[in-house]
Amino acid sequence: MQVIIILMLASIAVAGLFLGCFIWSIKKGQYDDEVSPPVRMLFEDKPGSTPSR
Amino acid sequence: MANTVEQTIHCYHCGEEADTIITAHDKHFCCEGCRSVYEILNKSGMCDYYDLSANPGVSQRVKVREDKFAFLDDKTIGASLLSFRDEEQSHITFYLPQIHCSSCLWLLENLHKLDGGVISGKVNFPRKEVDVIFSNHEISLRKVAELLTRIGYEPYISLNNLDRKKKFYDRSKIFKLGVAGFCFANIMLLSFPEYLGIDHMEESMLQVFRFINLFLSLPVFFYSATEFYSSAWKGLKHRFLNIDAPIVLAVFVTFGRSIYEVLANTGGGYFDSMAGIVFFMLVGRVLQDKTYRQLSFERDYTSYFPVAVTRIQDEKEEIVSLPDIRLDDTLLIHNQELVPADGIITRGNALIDYSFVTGESLPVEKAMGEIVYAGGKQVNGAIEILVIKEVSQSYLTRLWNKEQQHQAVDSERSFVHSLARYFTVILFTIALGAAAYWYFNDPSRAWDAVTAVLIVACPCALLLCNTFTNGNILRILGNHRLYLRNAQAIEDIANVDHIVFDKTGTLTTGRYQDVDYSGKLLPEQLRVSIASLVSQSTHPMSKAILRWLNKTERRPVKDFKEVPGKGLQGRVDQYEIRLGSGLFISGAPAVGNAQSEVHLSVNEELMGVFSFRNHYRDEIPELLKTLQRKYPLTILSGDNAGEKRYLRGLLGKGPGIFFNQSPEAKLYAIKDLQAHGRKVMMIGDGLNDAGALRQADVGIAISEESNSFTPASDGILGADKLKFLDRFIQLCKTNRRIVMFAFVISVIYNIVGLSFAVQGTLSPLIAAILMPASSLTILLITFGISNLLAVKLRSQQG
Repeated sequence: MQVIIILMLASIAVAGLFLGCFIWSIKKGQYDDEVSPPVRMLFEDKPGSTPSR
Repeated sequence: MANTVEQTIHCYHCGEEADTIITAHDKHFCCEGCRSVYEILNKSGMCDYYDLSANPGVSQRVKVREDKFAFLDDKTIGASLLSFRDEEQSHITFYLPQIHCSSCLWLLENLHKLDGGVISGKVNFPRKEVDVIFSNHEISLRKVAELLTRIGYEPYISLNNLDRKKKFYDRSKIFKLGVAGFCFANIMLLSFPEYLGIDHMEESMLQVFRFINLFLSLPVFFYSATEFYSSAWKGLKHRFLNIDAPIVLAVFVTFGRSIYEVLANTGGGYFDSMAGIVFFMLVGRVLQDKTYRQLSFERDYTSYFPVAVTRIQDEKEEIVSLPDIRLDDTLLIHNQELVPADGIITRGNALIDYSFVTGESLPVEKAMGEIVYAGGKQVNGAIEILVIKEVSQSYLTRLWNKEQQHQAVDSERSFVHSLARYFTVILFTIALGAAAYWYFNDPSRAWDAVTAVLIVACPCALLLCNTFTNGNILRILGNHRLYLRNAQAIEDIANVDHIVFDKTGTLTTGRYQDVDYSGKLLPEQLRVSIASLVSQSTHPMSKAILRWLNKTERRPVKDFKEVPGKGLQGRVDQYEIRLGSGLFISGAPAVGNAQSEVHLSVNEELMGVFSFRNHYRDEIPELLKTLQRKYPLTILSGDNAGEKRYLRGLLGKGPGIFFNQSPEAKLYAIKDLQAHGRKVMMIGDGLNDAGALRQADVGIAISEESNSFTPASDGILGADKLKFLDRFIQLCKTNRRIVMFAFVISVIYNIVGLSFAVQGTLSPLIAAILMPASSLTILLITFGISNLLAVKLRSQQG
């Protein structure tokens, strides 16, 4: 049953990793502007090309 | 695009109705400005702009003066605006109020295609800002600003940008929430063996779980919960027991007892309950504090005033930044520029638009030698003024500084705190009662019982229902374009018992003028001719007359001449038409209410007089009648008493209607009402209401568009939603009822929990079930009721 302790520590470490990601993403300002990124990714790069609708 | 069937033609660039149509490249434009933007984009092959959204532009009818951004060439001014600069490149953030659609986004992020000097542009949509990085060798700051202006996005640069502090958003609450959520979830998971029981064989494992829990609860106790410690401590320092104090007590007791249990190996403690309440309460706080970042409730005069103006010294023009203006300087104010300091006009004809200040849309004429106050916008050629008061001393800024003293607001006047106080007193009574009982019957259980009472009965449910309801109501009001500064404003609105309105710009709209014509009958053909003449002018009175004539046909106009501040003339067909002030038309000096009259003469013969009245917003009479039944009303107007009869007819004898009110008079009128024990709501729009808005218990600023500038206030209300004011107040009132209702539910949970606690039999399992169950019930209740109200509000609006 000792293995369960290792499993537990592993699961907490993984969860901690995600907590770290969460804090990092906020610090980077990923939630500051929730409007433009989803629109921005749809823009075509080449000038003159009409986006399909 | 060219559609001949359509009666009105809309501009391809901005979508506005075109009075005079300019056609180029098979597209129709309302003005030269819009056309030139199209041509710039067309040349660079950037017409995708028009494909992303229909008519994405902003009207370019008001031309921007050529060297408006010359001040950006000034080294010190430029440097103070840049956020970063090195040998190669510079970074700057511009505020562009015109940003509104995905086309804007696309164009601004493709600036490098228009000018090679721009390295990149990145838009922050909610804040309407663009971060531009440009190369120092290829383009100057001024050129960047002018490039943006050319494509229709004129940067708004105000004095406020000059002493720019690093923009900092307090994100600590989100971090605390994240940490608390992480710890709470893991502690709960690791507490399962405790709740479900474990083999005797594995007894040693249990202790491991407990220690991990203890370890995980440390960040919650020492980091996440600090939010509540500081608030409780602040309250205690002011000898005030706020709602956070009993919560902090509960957190301390829970943590202390849990540590004791784990170390003494007597039990698992209540770590999950503690992490849980901290987590849920933080969620509530974050929801409640989600404010409208893009709106500013704290504007002061610096966000209205320009960064720099032109000073004339020794016959030479020079650019000077605003704080450096001294007494007796001569300033050159260009067309469309703001008067930055009080001064005497020394050259030119001033036509000052005080709509920023008073909400009055008709410009005021000022002759040489007269005083102009800071805050007005010159709309008629260039003038020179002699500064008689420095910027920080001018009429408006002084008013602003004065009101700063009233800013100390007691943020802890919410009824929730007094409720929490009763709650705490009752709680202590029960705890002491339980302690006394067990002390005499079974002293070993006294300690258990007292701590259990304090753990289970913390008023976290009250805090939860308060923050969640507030957050939800704020959101609902925001959907209806009433943006409140914070949750306290909801309660303040509910407590209001006297409403004060500003008239000009608030009850009336600056957009339209009602026109009355008295004089000789105008034949059809003459009407068309007059319409053709006035359509050449952008003066608000001309626009109003054009709307009144209601003619779409246009005839060619010859010899058109507009004398700013006086009138206009021209020849259409056989008519020689002159429109303007009495002095301009007949040479007779003005009598009486001359500001709002336009005389008309045709072929040297006086035909009649147009008189102008501010147009009351739709449904204002109904709103005033409904409100009047519930609240005493007062109307404060900075105007003359011309419309007294109309308002009296609307409101009857009761309410006070005061005219010719100066900004100070408005402020003192509010103070006077408050001295009589009234809770006053002030609704206004201009800078002249700023003092009154601040002084009032609730100040609501009316705004025509979401990106226009409003004075500092507790809330900003979209002008078209003013008619629903009554319902918004109702909603704020129900807020309190929802909180009370949820509180009653939480008390029932508390009674269940307490019945275990006083017997000294509160197991961690019961605590772990009760705590999330009560929290969830409260969440469901508050969200359910307030969303129901939102649906009702929407259906009432039709």
